[in-house]
Amino acid sequence: MDTIAVTAKPAIGKGFRLQWESAQSAHVLLYPEGMIKLNGSAGEIMKRCDGARTIADITTDLELCFATSGLDADVAAFVSMALAKNWLELRE
Amino acid sequence: MNAQVSRPGPPLWLLLELTYKCPLHCVFCYNPTDFTRTGPELKTEEWLRVLREARALGAVQLGLSGGEPLVRDDLEEIVGAAHDLGFYTNLITSGVGLNEARLQALKTAGLDHIQLSFQDSTKEMNDFLSSTRTFELKSKVAALIKKYDYPMVLNVVLHRLNIDHVEEILKMAQSMGADYVELANTQYYGWAFKNRDRLLPSREQLQRAEETTKRFREQSGQNMRIFFVVPDYFERRPKPCMNGLGSIFLTIAPDGCALPCHAARMLPGLDFPNVRDASIESIWYDSAGFNHFRGDSWMKEPCRSCPDKAKDFGGCRCQAYLLTGDAANADPVCDLSPHHHLVTEAVARTERPYRAEHPLVFRDHR
Repeated sequence: MDTIAVTAKPAIGKGFRLQWESAQSAHVLLYPEGMIKLNGSAGEIMKRCDGARTIADITTDLELCFATSGLDADVAAFVSMALAKNWLELRE
Repeated sequence: MNAQVSRPGPPLWLLLELTYKCPLHCVFCYNPTDFTRTGPELKTEEWLRVLREARALGAVQLGLSGGEPLVRDDLEEIVGAAHDLGFYTNLITSGVGLNEARLQALKTAGLDHIQLSFQDSTKEMNDFLSSTRTFELKSKVAALIKKYDYPMVLNVVLHRLNIDHVEEILKMAQSMGADYVELANTQYYGWAFKNRDRLLPSREQLQRAEETTKRFREQSGQNMRIFFVVPDYFERRPKPCMNGLGSIFLTIAPDGCALPCHAARMLPGLDFPNVRDASIESIWYDSAGFNHFRGDSWMKEPCRSCPDKAKDFGGCRCQAYLLTGDAANADPVCDLSPHHHLVTEAVARTERPYRAEHPLVFRDHR
Protein backbone atom coordinates (compact mmCIF):
# COMPACT_ATOMS: atom_id res chain seq x y z
CA MET A 1 0.00 0.00 0.00
CA ASP A 2 1.22 3.48 -0.87
CA THR A 3 2.19 5.56 2.09
CA ILE A 4 0.24 8.76 2.45
CA ALA A 5 2.23 11.98 2.35
CA VAL A 6 2.34 13.85 5.66
CA THR A 7 1.40 16.95 3.66
CA ALA A 8 -1.95 15.42 2.71
CA LYS A 9 -5.01 17.09 4.24
CA PRO A 10 -7.64 14.62 5.41
CA ALA A 11 -11.28 15.63 5.75
CA ILE A 12 -14.40 13.79 6.88
CA GLY A 13 -15.65 11.68 3.96
CA LYS A 14 -18.65 12.64 1.91
CA GLY A 15 -21.90 11.47 3.47
CA PHE A 16 -20.29 11.04 6.89
CA ARG A 17 -20.67 13.37 9.84
CA LEU A 18 -18.56 13.40 12.97
CA GLN A 19 -20.02 14.60 16.23
CA TRP A 20 -19.63 14.26 19.96
CA GLU A 21 -22.44 12.31 21.63
CA SER A 22 -22.62 12.96 25.33
CA ALA A 23 -25.12 10.09 25.78
CA GLN A 24 -22.38 7.72 24.59
CA SER A 25 -19.43 9.74 25.92
CA ALA A 26 -17.82 9.29 22.53
CA HIS A 27 -17.31 10.78 19.13
CA VAL A 28 -19.50 9.03 16.61
CA LEU A 29 -19.33 8.91 12.86
CA LEU A 30 -22.76 9.09 11.31
CA TYR A 31 -23.62 7.91 7.82
CA PRO A 32 -26.83 6.91 6.06
CA GLU A 33 -28.77 4.70 8.46
CA GLY A 34 -25.70 3.86 10.50
CA MET A 35 -23.26 4.95 13.16
CA ILE A 36 -19.73 4.08 14.22
CA LYS A 37 -18.77 4.75 17.81
CA LEU A 38 -15.13 5.85 17.85
CA ASN A 39 -12.67 5.12 20.62
CA GLY A 40 -10.86 8.00 22.29
CA SER A 41 -7.82 8.19 20.04
CA ALA A 42 -9.82 7.72 16.83
CA GLY A 43 -12.10 10.56 17.94
CA GLU A 44 -9.14 12.83 18.72
CA ILE A 45 -7.63 12.22 15.28
CA MET A 46 -10.90 12.49 13.34
CA LYS A 47 -11.96 15.76 14.95
CA ARG A 48 -8.76 17.36 13.67
CA CYS A 49 -9.41 16.19 10.10
CA ASP A 50 -10.90 19.43 8.77
CA GLY A 51 -9.42 19.42 5.27
CA ALA A 52 -7.18 22.35 6.20
CA ARG A 53 -4.61 20.71 8.47
CA THR A 54 -2.01 18.32 7.11
CA ILE A 55 -1.33 14.93 8.65
CA ALA A 56 1.90 16.43 10.01
CA ASP A 57 -0.05 19.31 11.63
CA ILE A 58 -2.51 16.87 13.18
CA THR A 59 0.27 14.69 14.57
CA THR A 60 2.11 17.66 16.06
CA ASP A 61 -1.08 18.98 17.64
CA LEU A 62 -1.89 15.57 19.17
CA GLU A 63 1.63 15.20 20.55
CA LEU A 64 1.33 18.66 22.08
CA CYS A 65 -2.13 18.09 23.57
CA PHE A 66 -1.24 14.74 25.06
CA ALA A 67 2.34 15.63 26.00
CA THR A 68 3.84 12.76 24.09
CA SER A 69 5.89 12.09 20.96
CA GLY A 70 6.32 9.55 18.18
CA LEU A 71 2.62 9.38 17.17
CA ASP A 72 3.47 9.54 13.43
CA ALA A 73 3.02 5.84 12.78
CA ASP A 74 -0.23 5.57 14.77
CA VAL A 75 -1.79 8.56 13.03
CA ALA A 76 -0.66 7.34 9.60
CA ALA A 77 -2.07 3.87 10.26
CA PHE A 78 -5.41 5.25 11.42
CA VAL A 79 -5.69 7.68 8.51
CA SER A 80 -4.94 4.99 5.98
CA MET A 81 -7.51 2.64 7.54
CA ALA A 82 -10.11 5.46 7.64
CA LEU A 83 -9.40 6.37 4.01
CA ALA A 84 -9.98 2.76 2.98
CA LYS A 85 -13.37 2.86 4.74
CA ASN A 86 -14.22 6.27 3.21
CA TRP A 87 -14.49 7.79 6.70
CA LEU A 88 -11.88 10.24 5.49
CA GLU A 89 -10.97 11.68 2.11
CA LEU A 90 -7.91 13.68 1.12
CA ARG A 91 -7.99 17.33 0.09
CA GLU A 92 -5.29 18.93 -1.98
CA MET B 1 -38.66 -8.36 40.18
CA ASN B 2 -35.40 -7.96 38.37
CA ALA B 3 -36.57 -5.85 35.44
CA GLN B 4 -33.91 -3.25 36.08
CA VAL B 5 -30.89 -5.57 36.10
CA SER B 6 -29.49 -3.81 33.11
CA ARG B 7 -30.88 -0.46 32.13
CA PRO B 8 -31.27 -0.41 28.36
CA GLY B 9 -29.14 1.97 26.32
CA PRO B 10 -30.69 4.98 24.62
CA PRO B 11 -33.03 4.77 21.62
CA LEU B 12 -30.26 5.51 19.11
CA TRP B 13 -32.52 5.04 16.13
CA LEU B 14 -35.71 7.07 15.89
CA LEU B 15 -38.20 6.43 13.11
CA LEU B 16 -41.01 8.91 12.65
CA GLU B 17 -43.87 7.64 10.55
CA LEU B 18 -45.20 11.10 9.87
CA THR B 19 -48.38 9.98 8.16
CA TYR B 20 -50.12 6.83 6.96
CA LYS B 21 -51.33 8.80 3.95
CA CYS B 22 -49.79 7.72 0.69
CA PRO B 23 -50.68 8.26 -2.94
CA LEU B 24 -49.71 4.65 -3.69
CA HIS B 25 -51.43 1.33 -3.04
CA CYS B 26 -48.57 -1.12 -2.70
CA VAL B 27 -49.51 -4.73 -2.10
CA PHE B 28 -46.39 -5.27 0.05
CA CYS B 29 -46.85 -2.28 2.36
CA TYR B 30 -46.08 -3.11 5.99
CA ASN B 31 -48.39 -0.39 7.37
CA PRO B 32 -51.21 -1.82 9.48
CA THR B 33 -54.15 -2.98 7.37
CA ASP B 34 -56.52 -1.03 9.63
CA PHE B 35 -54.50 2.19 9.48
CA THR B 36 -57.58 4.26 8.64
CA ARG B 37 -58.90 3.56 12.15
CA THR B 38 -55.98 5.23 13.92
CA GLY B 39 -56.41 8.66 15.47
CA PRO B 40 -55.40 12.04 14.06
CA GLU B 41 -51.77 12.66 13.08
CA LEU B 42 -49.48 14.51 15.45
CA LYS B 43 -49.22 18.23 14.85
CA THR B 44 -45.95 19.87 13.90
CA GLU B 45 -45.34 21.07 17.46
CA GLU B 46 -45.84 17.55 18.80
CA TRP B 47 -43.34 16.06 16.33
CA LEU B 48 -40.83 18.74 17.33
CA ARG B 49 -41.26 17.87 21.00
CA VAL B 50 -40.69 14.18 20.18
CA LEU B 51 -37.46 15.15 18.40
CA ARG B 52 -36.20 17.26 21.30
CA GLU B 53 -36.97 14.62 23.92
CA ALA B 54 -35.54 11.73 21.94
CA ARG B 55 -32.39 13.67 21.09
CA ALA B 56 -31.92 14.55 24.75
CA LEU B 57 -31.93 10.81 25.52
CA GLY B 58 -29.26 10.19 22.89
CA ALA B 59 -31.22 9.39 19.71
CA VAL B 60 -29.03 10.26 16.76
CA GLN B 61 -30.23 8.52 13.59
CA LEU B 62 -33.58 9.76 12.33
CA GLY B 63 -35.74 8.09 9.70
CA LEU B 64 -38.62 10.06 8.26
CA SER B 65 -41.10 7.71 6.71
CA GLY B 66 -44.79 6.91 6.51
CA GLY B 67 -46.93 6.42 4.39
CA GLU B 68 -45.39 9.03 2.18
CA PRO B 69 -43.67 11.67 4.34
CA LEU B 70 -43.83 14.25 1.52
CA VAL B 71 -47.60 14.35 2.07
CA ARG B 72 -46.83 16.42 5.19
CA ASP B 73 -46.29 20.03 4.22
CA ASP B 74 -44.29 20.58 7.43
CA LEU B 75 -41.64 18.02 6.42
CA GLU B 76 -39.09 20.77 5.75
CA GLU B 77 -39.71 22.28 9.19
CA ILE B 78 -39.34 18.89 10.87
CA VAL B 79 -36.10 18.17 8.97
CA GLY B 80 -34.74 21.60 9.91
CA ALA B 81 -35.48 21.13 13.59
CA ALA B 82 -34.00 17.62 13.55
CA HIS B 83 -30.85 18.83 11.84
CA ASP B 84 -30.40 21.68 14.32
CA LEU B 85 -30.73 19.19 17.16
CA GLY B 86 -27.91 17.06 15.72
CA PHE B 87 -29.83 14.19 14.14
CA TYR B 88 -28.55 12.50 11.01
CA THR B 89 -31.68 12.81 8.88
CA ASN B 90 -32.79 10.11 6.43
CA LEU B 91 -35.82 10.59 4.19
CA ILE B 92 -37.50 7.38 3.05
CA THR B 93 -39.74 8.27 0.14
CA SER B 94 -41.35 7.02 -3.05
CA GLY B 95 -40.40 10.34 -4.63
CA VAL B 96 -44.02 11.12 -5.44
CA GLY B 97 -44.40 14.80 -4.61
CA LEU B 98 -40.68 15.56 -4.64
CA ASN B 99 -40.07 18.55 -6.90
CA GLU B 100 -37.08 20.83 -7.10
CA ALA B 101 -38.51 23.50 -4.79
CA ARG B 102 -39.11 20.97 -2.03
CA LEU B 103 -35.77 19.25 -2.47
CA GLN B 104 -33.98 22.59 -2.36
CA ALA B 105 -35.84 23.47 0.84
CA LEU B 106 -35.02 20.08 2.36
CA LYS B 107 -31.35 20.46 1.46
CA THR B 108 -31.28 23.93 3.00
CA ALA B 109 -32.99 22.55 6.11
CA GLY B 110 -30.12 20.08 6.46
CA LEU B 111 -31.46 16.79 5.08
CA ASP B 112 -28.55 14.32 5.07
CA HIS B 113 -29.80 11.41 3.03
CA ILE B 114 -32.56 10.20 0.75
CA GLN B 115 -33.64 6.64 0.08
CA LEU B 116 -35.86 6.43 -2.96
CA SER B 117 -38.08 3.43 -2.76
CA PHE B 118 -39.59 1.88 -5.75
CA GLN B 119 -43.32 1.77 -5.48
CA ASP B 120 -44.97 -1.15 -7.03
CA SER B 121 -48.43 -2.36 -7.66
CA THR B 122 -49.27 -4.56 -10.58
CA LYS B 123 -50.11 -1.65 -12.83
CA GLU B 124 -47.13 0.38 -11.73
CA MET B 125 -44.89 -2.62 -12.18
CA ASN B 126 -46.07 -2.91 -15.74
CA ASP B 127 -45.35 0.76 -16.22
CA PHE B 128 -41.95 0.20 -14.75
CA LEU B 129 -41.08 -2.85 -16.78
CA SER B 130 -42.21 -1.13 -19.94
CA SER B 131 -40.20 2.00 -19.06
CA THR B 132 -43.14 4.34 -19.03
CA ARG B 133 -44.59 6.68 -16.43
CA THR B 134 -43.00 5.34 -13.28
CA PHE B 135 -39.59 5.26 -14.86
CA GLU B 136 -39.99 8.85 -15.99
CA LEU B 137 -40.94 9.94 -12.49
CA LYS B 138 -38.05 8.02 -10.91
CA SER B 139 -35.59 9.33 -13.45
CA LYS B 140 -36.68 12.89 -12.82
CA VAL B 141 -36.39 12.45 -9.06
CA ALA B 142 -33.08 10.61 -9.43
CA ALA B 143 -31.65 13.48 -11.48
CA LEU B 144 -32.81 15.96 -8.82
CA ILE B 145 -31.25 13.87 -6.05
CA LYS B 146 -27.94 13.86 -7.87
CA LYS B 147 -28.18 17.56 -8.69
CA TYR B 148 -28.41 18.28 -4.97
CA ASP B 149 -25.37 16.12 -4.33
CA TYR B 150 -27.00 13.21 -2.54
CA PRO B 151 -26.00 9.63 -3.28
CA MET B 152 -28.72 8.00 -5.34
CA VAL B 153 -30.02 5.12 -3.25
CA LEU B 154 -32.76 3.04 -4.77
CA ASN B 155 -34.72 0.50 -2.78
CA VAL B 156 -36.72 -2.02 -4.76
CA VAL B 157 -39.02 -4.41 -2.96
CA LEU B 158 -38.94 -7.83 -4.60
CA HIS B 159 -41.68 -10.41 -4.67
CA ARG B 160 -43.01 -13.24 -6.81
CA LEU B 161 -44.48 -10.89 -9.42
CA ASN B 162 -41.33 -8.89 -10.15
CA ILE B 163 -38.41 -11.02 -8.99
CA ASP B 164 -38.01 -12.57 -12.45
CA HIS B 165 -37.26 -9.08 -13.76
CA VAL B 166 -34.24 -8.38 -11.58
CA GLU B 167 -32.02 -7.90 -14.60
CA GLU B 168 -34.33 -5.25 -16.11
CA ILE B 169 -34.65 -3.62 -12.68
CA LEU B 170 -30.86 -3.42 -12.32
CA LYS B 171 -30.42 -2.08 -15.85
CA MET B 172 -32.97 0.58 -15.15
CA ALA B 173 -31.32 1.48 -11.86
CA GLN B 174 -28.05 1.82 -13.72
CA SER B 175 -29.58 4.07 -16.35
CA MET B 176 -30.99 6.26 -13.54
CA GLY B 177 -27.46 6.63 -12.22
CA ALA B 178 -28.09 4.80 -8.94
CA ASP B 179 -25.08 4.57 -6.61
CA TYR B 180 -26.68 1.94 -4.38
CA VAL B 181 -29.48 -0.49 -5.11
CA GLU B 182 -31.12 -2.47 -2.40
CA LEU B 183 -33.07 -5.45 -3.72
CA ALA B 184 -35.10 -6.12 -0.62
CA ASN B 185 -37.35 -9.12 -0.63
CA THR B 186 -40.75 -8.42 0.86
CA GLN B 187 -41.13 -8.89 4.59
CA TYR B 188 -44.48 -10.33 5.44
CA TYR B 189 -46.34 -7.92 7.71
CA GLY B 190 -49.45 -5.78 7.22
CA TRP B 191 -50.71 -5.77 3.65
CA ALA B 192 -47.82 -7.96 2.57
CA PHE B 193 -48.87 -10.71 5.01
CA LYS B 194 -52.42 -10.52 3.69
CA ASN B 195 -50.97 -11.10 0.21
CA ARG B 196 -48.25 -13.50 1.25
CA ASP B 197 -49.27 -16.48 -0.81
CA ARG B 198 -49.32 -14.29 -3.92
CA LEU B 199 -46.04 -12.52 -3.16
CA LEU B 200 -43.69 -15.17 -1.82
CA PRO B 201 -41.37 -16.27 -4.63
CA SER B 202 -40.45 -19.88 -5.26
CA ARG B 203 -37.02 -21.13 -4.28
CA GLU B 204 -36.13 -21.42 -7.93
CA GLN B 205 -37.13 -17.82 -8.65
CA LEU B 206 -35.06 -16.67 -5.72
CA GLN B 207 -31.98 -18.59 -6.82
CA ARG B 208 -32.28 -17.24 -10.34
CA ALA B 209 -32.56 -13.68 -9.04
CA GLU B 210 -29.51 -14.13 -6.83
CA GLU B 211 -27.49 -15.51 -9.74
CA THR B 212 -28.57 -12.66 -11.99
CA THR B 213 -27.61 -10.15 -9.31
CA LYS B 214 -24.21 -11.78 -8.86
CA ARG B 215 -23.56 -11.75 -12.61
CA PHE B 216 -24.66 -8.12 -12.90
CA ARG B 217 -22.42 -7.16 -10.00
CA GLU B 218 -19.42 -8.76 -11.66
CA GLN B 219 -20.13 -7.06 -14.97
CA SER B 220 -20.96 -3.60 -13.69
CA GLY B 221 -18.05 -3.23 -11.28
CA GLN B 222 -17.99 -0.83 -8.35
CA ASN B 223 -19.97 2.09 -9.73
CA MET B 224 -23.27 0.72 -8.54
CA ARG B 225 -23.29 -1.22 -5.28
CA ILE B 226 -26.03 -3.86 -5.12
CA PHE B 227 -27.40 -5.38 -1.94
CA PHE B 228 -29.63 -8.42 -2.11
CA VAL B 229 -31.77 -9.09 0.94
CA VAL B 230 -33.02 -12.68 1.02
CA PRO B 231 -36.56 -13.25 2.33
CA ASP B 232 -36.24 -14.80 5.77
CA TYR B 233 -38.78 -17.51 4.93
CA PHE B 234 -35.93 -19.22 3.09
CA GLU B 235 -33.54 -19.10 6.04
CA ARG B 236 -33.03 -21.61 8.83
CA ARG B 237 -32.16 -19.12 11.57
CA PRO B 238 -34.18 -15.99 12.33
CA LYS B 239 -33.06 -12.41 11.86
CA PRO B 240 -32.01 -10.51 15.02
CA CYS B 241 -35.08 -8.36 14.58
CA MET B 242 -34.57 -4.75 15.73
CA ASN B 243 -31.54 -6.04 17.62
CA GLY B 244 -34.07 -7.12 20.21
CA LEU B 245 -37.22 -5.10 20.89
CA GLY B 246 -36.57 -2.00 22.99
CA SER B 247 -32.80 -2.08 22.56
CA ILE B 248 -32.07 0.70 20.02
CA PHE B 249 -35.16 1.32 17.86
CA LEU B 250 -38.01 3.64 18.64
CA THR B 251 -40.82 4.21 16.15
CA ILE B 252 -43.49 6.84 16.53
CA ALA B 253 -46.61 6.09 14.49
CA PRO B 254 -48.56 8.94 12.84
CA ASP B 255 -51.01 9.19 15.76
CA GLY B 256 -48.21 9.37 18.35
CA CYS B 257 -48.23 5.72 19.37
CA ALA B 258 -44.69 4.76 20.44
CA LEU B 259 -43.55 1.35 19.23
CA PRO B 260 -40.37 -0.74 19.60
CA CYS B 261 -40.68 -1.65 15.90
CA HIS B 262 -42.86 -0.28 13.13
CA ALA B 263 -44.92 -3.49 12.98
CA ALA B 264 -45.28 -4.05 16.76
CA ARG B 265 -48.68 -2.40 16.92
CA MET B 266 -50.26 -5.72 15.94
CA LEU B 267 -48.95 -7.47 19.08
CA PRO B 268 -51.93 -8.17 21.33
CA GLY B 269 -52.04 -7.48 25.06
CA LEU B 270 -49.26 -4.90 24.93
CA ASP B 271 -50.11 -1.38 25.86
CA PHE B 272 -47.95 0.90 23.78
CA PRO B 273 -47.95 4.44 25.14
CA ASN B 274 -48.71 7.57 23.17
CA VAL B 275 -46.36 10.54 23.07
CA ARG B 276 -49.39 12.77 23.69
CA ASP B 277 -49.66 11.30 27.19
CA ALA B 278 -46.07 10.58 28.22
CA SER B 279 -42.50 11.74 27.75
CA ILE B 280 -40.14 9.82 25.48
CA GLU B 281 -37.98 9.10 28.52
CA SER B 282 -40.76 7.45 30.51
CA ILE B 283 -41.98 5.60 27.39
CA TRP B 284 -38.53 4.20 26.61
CA TYR B 285 -37.38 3.29 30.10
CA ASP B 286 -40.52 2.73 32.17
CA SER B 287 -43.46 1.67 30.01
CA ALA B 288 -44.68 -1.91 30.20
CA GLY B 289 -44.96 -2.08 26.42
CA PHE B 290 -41.26 -1.34 25.94
CA ASN B 291 -40.02 -3.45 28.84
CA HIS B 292 -42.02 -6.54 27.93
CA PHE B 293 -39.64 -8.08 25.40
CA ARG B 294 -36.39 -6.80 26.90
CA GLY B 295 -33.96 -9.36 28.29
CA ASP B 296 -34.90 -13.01 27.91
CA SER B 297 -37.34 -13.75 30.74
CA TRP B 298 -40.24 -13.63 28.24
CA MET B 299 -38.71 -16.40 26.15
CA LYS B 300 -40.10 -19.89 25.81
CA GLU B 301 -38.30 -23.01 24.72
CA PRO B 302 -36.47 -23.64 22.44
CA CYS B 303 -35.21 -20.02 22.72
CA ARG B 304 -34.75 -19.89 26.48
CA SER B 305 -31.97 -22.48 26.54
CA CYS B 306 -30.63 -21.72 23.06
CA PRO B 307 -26.99 -20.61 22.79
CA ASP B 308 -28.01 -18.24 19.96
CA LYS B 309 -30.55 -16.33 22.06
CA ALA B 310 -28.16 -13.41 22.64
CA LYS B 311 -27.42 -13.32 18.92
CA ASP B 312 -30.87 -13.44 17.33
CA PHE B 313 -33.15 -12.66 20.31
CA GLY B 314 -35.49 -15.42 19.16
CA GLY B 315 -36.12 -13.61 15.87
CA CYS B 316 -39.11 -11.41 15.15
CA ARG B 317 -41.93 -11.10 17.70
CA CYS B 318 -44.38 -9.92 15.07
CA GLN B 319 -43.64 -12.87 12.81
CA ALA B 320 -43.99 -15.24 15.76
CA TYR B 321 -47.37 -13.73 16.52
CA LEU B 322 -48.61 -13.62 12.93
CA LEU B 323 -47.70 -17.24 12.26
CA THR B 324 -48.21 -18.97 15.62
CA GLY B 325 -50.62 -16.68 17.47
CA ASP B 326 -48.17 -16.15 20.35
CA ALA B 327 -45.57 -13.40 20.19
CA ALA B 328 -43.40 -15.13 22.81
CA ASN B 329 -42.83 -18.18 20.64
CA ALA B 330 -39.65 -18.64 18.65
CA ASP B 331 -39.80 -17.00 15.24
CA PRO B 332 -40.94 -19.96 13.07
CA VAL B 333 -38.25 -19.11 10.54
CA CYS B 334 -35.94 -20.93 12.96
CA ASP B 335 -35.76 -24.63 12.15
CA LEU B 336 -35.58 -25.36 15.89
CA SER B 337 -39.06 -23.91 16.30
CA PRO B 338 -41.87 -26.48 16.64
CA HIS B 339 -43.78 -24.21 14.25
CA HIS B 340 -41.11 -24.17 11.53
CA HIS B 341 -43.43 -26.22 9.30
CA LEU B 342 -45.66 -23.14 8.94
CA VAL B 343 -42.83 -21.46 7.07
CA THR B 344 -41.76 -24.47 5.02
CA GLU B 345 -45.39 -25.11 4.07
CA ALA B 346 -45.78 -21.52 2.88
CA VAL B 347 -42.62 -21.96 0.82
CA ALA B 348 -43.88 -25.29 -0.52
CA ARG B 349 -47.11 -23.65 -1.65
CA THR B 350 -45.07 -21.36 -3.91
CA GLU B 351 -44.41 -24.35 -6.15
CA ARG B 352 -48.08 -24.55 -7.01
CA PRO B 353 -49.77 -22.31 -9.60
CA TYR B 354 -51.74 -19.24 -8.45
CA ARG B 355 -55.25 -19.77 -7.34
CA ALA B 356 -57.63 -17.16 -8.60
CA GLU B 357 -59.73 -17.24 -5.42
CA HIS B 358 -56.97 -15.34 -3.60
CA PRO B 359 -56.74 -12.04 -5.43
CA LEU B 360 -54.18 -9.44 -4.42
CA VAL B 361 -55.39 -6.95 -1.87
CA PHE B 362 -54.22 -3.44 -2.62
CA ARG B 363 -53.54 -1.08 0.23
CA ASP B 364 -56.47 1.29 0.23
CA HIS B 365 -58.35 3.67 2.49
CA ARG B 366 -61.54 1.72 3.05
